[in-house]
Amino acid sequence: MTSKYFRDVDQKFILSRKRYKSPKCNSVHDVTIWLSKAHLVNAVISTIFKRLGLGLITLFLVSIIIFSAINMLPGDFGQAVLGQAATEETVAVFRKELGLDKPAFFRYLDWIGAVAQGDFGTSFSGRASSGIDRSRPVIDLVAPRLSNTLFLAALTAVIAVPIALFLGITAALWRNSWYDKGASVATLTTISFPEFFVAYILILLFGTLWPLFPSLADIRPDMAMADRIYASILPAATLTLVIVAHMMRMTRAAIINLLASPYIEMARLKGETPRRIILKHALPNAWAPIATVIAFNLAYLVVGVVVVEVVFVYPGVGQLMVDAVSSRDIPVVQACALFFAATYILLNLVADIIGIVTNPRLLHPK
Amino acid sequence: MNNGTTSPKSSDQSPDQNDVLLEIRDLKIEGFADEKWNPIIKGIDLTLRRGEVLGLIGESGAGKSTLGLAAMGFTKAGCRITGGSIVYDGIDLVSATEAEKRALWGTDLTYVAQSAAASFNPAHRLIDQTIAATVREGLQSSQAAKADARDLYGALSLPNPDTIGDRFPHQVSGGQLQRVMTAMAMSSRPKLIVFDEPTTALDVTTQVEVLLSMRKAVKEFNTAAIYITHDLAVVAQMADVIKVMQHGHEVEEADTRTMLSDPKEEYTRSLWSVRMLEKEPVHSDDIVLSIDSVDAAYGKAKVLHDVNIKLPRGKTVSIVGESGSGKSTTARVVIGLLSASTGSVSFNGERLPAHLKNRTKEQLRKIQMIYQMADTAMNPRQTVGEIIGRPLEFYHGLKGADADKRVIELLEQIDLDESFFDRLPSELSGGQKQRVCIARALAADPEIIICDEVTSALDQIVQEGILQLLLRLQKEKNISYLFITHDIATVSAISDEIVVMNHGAVVEQGSKDAVLSPPYPEYTKLLLSSVPEMDPDWLDAVTAKRSS
Repeated sequence: MTSKYFRDVDQKFILSRKRYKSPKCNSVHDVTIWLSKAHLVNAVISTIFKRLGLGLITLFLVSIIIFSAINMLPGDFGQAVLGQAATEETVAVFRKELGLDKPAFFRYLDWIGAVAQGDFGTSFSGRASSGIDRSRPVIDLVAPRLSNTLFLAALTAVIAVPIALFLGITAALWRNSWYDKGASVATLTTISFPEFFVAYILILLFGTLWPLFPSLADIRPDMAMADRIYASILPAATLTLVIVAHMMRMTRAAIINLLASPYIEMARLKGETPRRIILKHALPNAWAPIATVIAFNLAYLVVGVVVVEVVFVYPGVGQLMVDAVSSRDIPVVQACALFFAATYILLNLVADIIGIVTNPRLLHPK
Repeated sequence: MNNGTTSPKSSDQSPDQNDVLLEIRDLKIEGFADEKWNPIIKGIDLTLRRGEVLGLIGESGAGKSTLGLAAMGFTKAGCRITGGSIVYDGIDLVSATEAEKRALWGTDLTYVAQSAAASFNPAHRLIDQTIAATVREGLQSSQAAKADARDLYGALSLPNPDTIGDRFPHQVSGGQLQRVMTAMAMSSRPKLIVFDEPTTALDVTTQVEVLLSMRKAVKEFNTAAIYITHDLAVVAQMADVIKVMQHGHEVEEADTRTMLSDPKEEYTRSLWSVRMLEKEPVHSDDIVLSIDSVDAAYGKAKVLHDVNIKLPRGKTVSIVGESGSGKSTTARVVIGLLSASTGSVSFNGERLPAHLKNRTKEQLRKIQMIYQMADTAMNPRQTVGEIIGRPLEFYHGLKGADADKRVIELLEQIDLDESFFDRLPSELSGGQKQRVCIARALAADPEIIICDEVTSALDQIVQEGILQLLLRLQKEKNISYLFITHDIATVSAISDEIVVMNHGAVVEQGSKDAVLSPPYPEYTKLLLSSVPEMDPDWLDAVTAKRSS
């Protein structure tokens, strides 16, 4: 009889209805939930491989675009390297040596075939025809610069992402307050100035007026980690000021967007405090858009920082690429472009995975 | 074994007349809209005793939900209390601080929302949400509360009560979610539960089970409840006392039996007028549309199995069934949005191409469709004139002054005047929007109109108006309707013939009288017996019959 059953339930409840602190839950039951999570990992991994495959296809298409775009650069490469004085014969020999006389299609196949085996070719500059052979493999030119760029990006991310998340979440919690307005005004102000301007202001303040940090970030491979961080503080601070606003505003917007949902009203009607509503009820559903914005900004840190590198004389990959473009060093330009594309694809992949892992609809299908 | 339920009146825990739990006096609430404060609740008194269930009914916009939430001391964003008092158990909720009210919410005062699917947080497991407030306030340990929640799931007849809580909201059906939400509201053993239209979004067959579980829970724990609905038949099953509201005022209040047998006010009587609407069914053999052995699938999921339906000219065939029974898919096949995998649709004896892009303009014109959500079926940036004018231009090549003249004629046919010509959909009421959609379908001058749940989103009084309009148009223009609905009252108001569908197949088909009278196939019987009746003993009778 159901009604009797109900009374039993109630009796049990009254017996256990004492006020005591709940211990952290680690019953057998929770372990089974955890185990059922483990087999879901398979589903996630297969999704990751699928996305990686799609990423590779994208990268392949991008390589075609890069190659075509560079082919369309005006001017003759041989002429540019050898200078005005070179005779037509010298230029022709030089072009033959580099394989530039072959049709574009075959040059593309040569290049992409080598890249697929990890060989990015040899830099055009310092070739034998221009005198002594001082040319270097592209990988030797790009790799150290690349690691510098990634170091600066990682340092900036470690500073900027927590600040942006904290500001975004607290601004959503105290929305329309003076704090919220202050945070918005401050971050929007810093994003509104050009990067080089922010950089010079920081140099003026912390390099000249109060000389706390070096204004030249000329880091070298033999420096200790602490020294590298110290030297990179000002460029990292500049980049932080530039990217925090976007991430913070989107975090705030993603959370506030959810606050009109019926389940947030339900949470309020269950007596949840504003803080718990933001952290426990809105934030878990807002990770996907937040991750996308963060990925976008981190990609920017890798591929878009040439101005900041120039201001601080930071030996990053951006400056290398600009130099390579002006000296028509095609293999280096192509390698940099391909690397930038791969960064975008990888970071977006990570954002997608975060989107999947934080969405129970995708993680636990019906 | 559900025969242990008690009737609301025969309960041995009848409320003590003096034991007042909640007292609202002269409450006034305003809401901010169109840049000014508009009154929503205009001075309402309400008294609720311990263990008593108060039914609150009225049309949408009457202020029922606002009053229900105010009973918990809660006002929605953009609303404010401008006068009166709400005293719960000696605490004045109007002057109480947020923190004081938060201590009551989720424990003493709980809430069951209309859309359970939207009101559960998609990121958390059901059982964690069920016990959150109980554990937070330290009423029980997490383990004890979880064990209790599983017992409650079982008592509310949820399937797999031991494991259903480990699921996420999207893994559970709407009717089950609504019961989980009831369990959530019961977890802390509250003194007052506010049910805000908890069964409105459910199918009739599911509604009965949910109603039953909710009433059982309320009676067994002697919880007071405010039950908000626009359906008088539903509230009759739940409430001890019924209060009728209109435009923020109280119309009348009386105990359930008095209210049903002897309503004082004209307005109360009009609330269930749609249930009084009856149409004399006429049989005809002149078939305008014939659906022959149609199978259809979405991708690999097969949804229609050998469906045969015949629609006589100038008559109405209603397709009834629960959601997921294939009603709307049948409509999509007829209109050509979904191609049938086998079988055919014939119009005036002529086979129609399966997909709409292969149909001629003339074939398209003759079959029009009206949708459930008039809101989303109209472009919000177009005026009524543009919305109705478009099919005139597309099908009849009417433009400029000719088209405008015709639009105004059509507006007159749907009982709207030409002042509506330049209005946007956002400036219309729900009923007016649906009328404009009807006019848009009429503009094509169709022979068949498919009506997909066209009255489901409307209040009963507005529903009646729309149904009468459809009946009148049928008489004037000899239009045939394929009328899709899950509401049996609507069916008996409008149809000549009825098709009952379940799991993508036709269960029964015939004239209205034949289908609505015994003997029934098993499923039709279940469907018909699930439609709430005005009799307050109806739910008990149903449960007694089903368990015997």
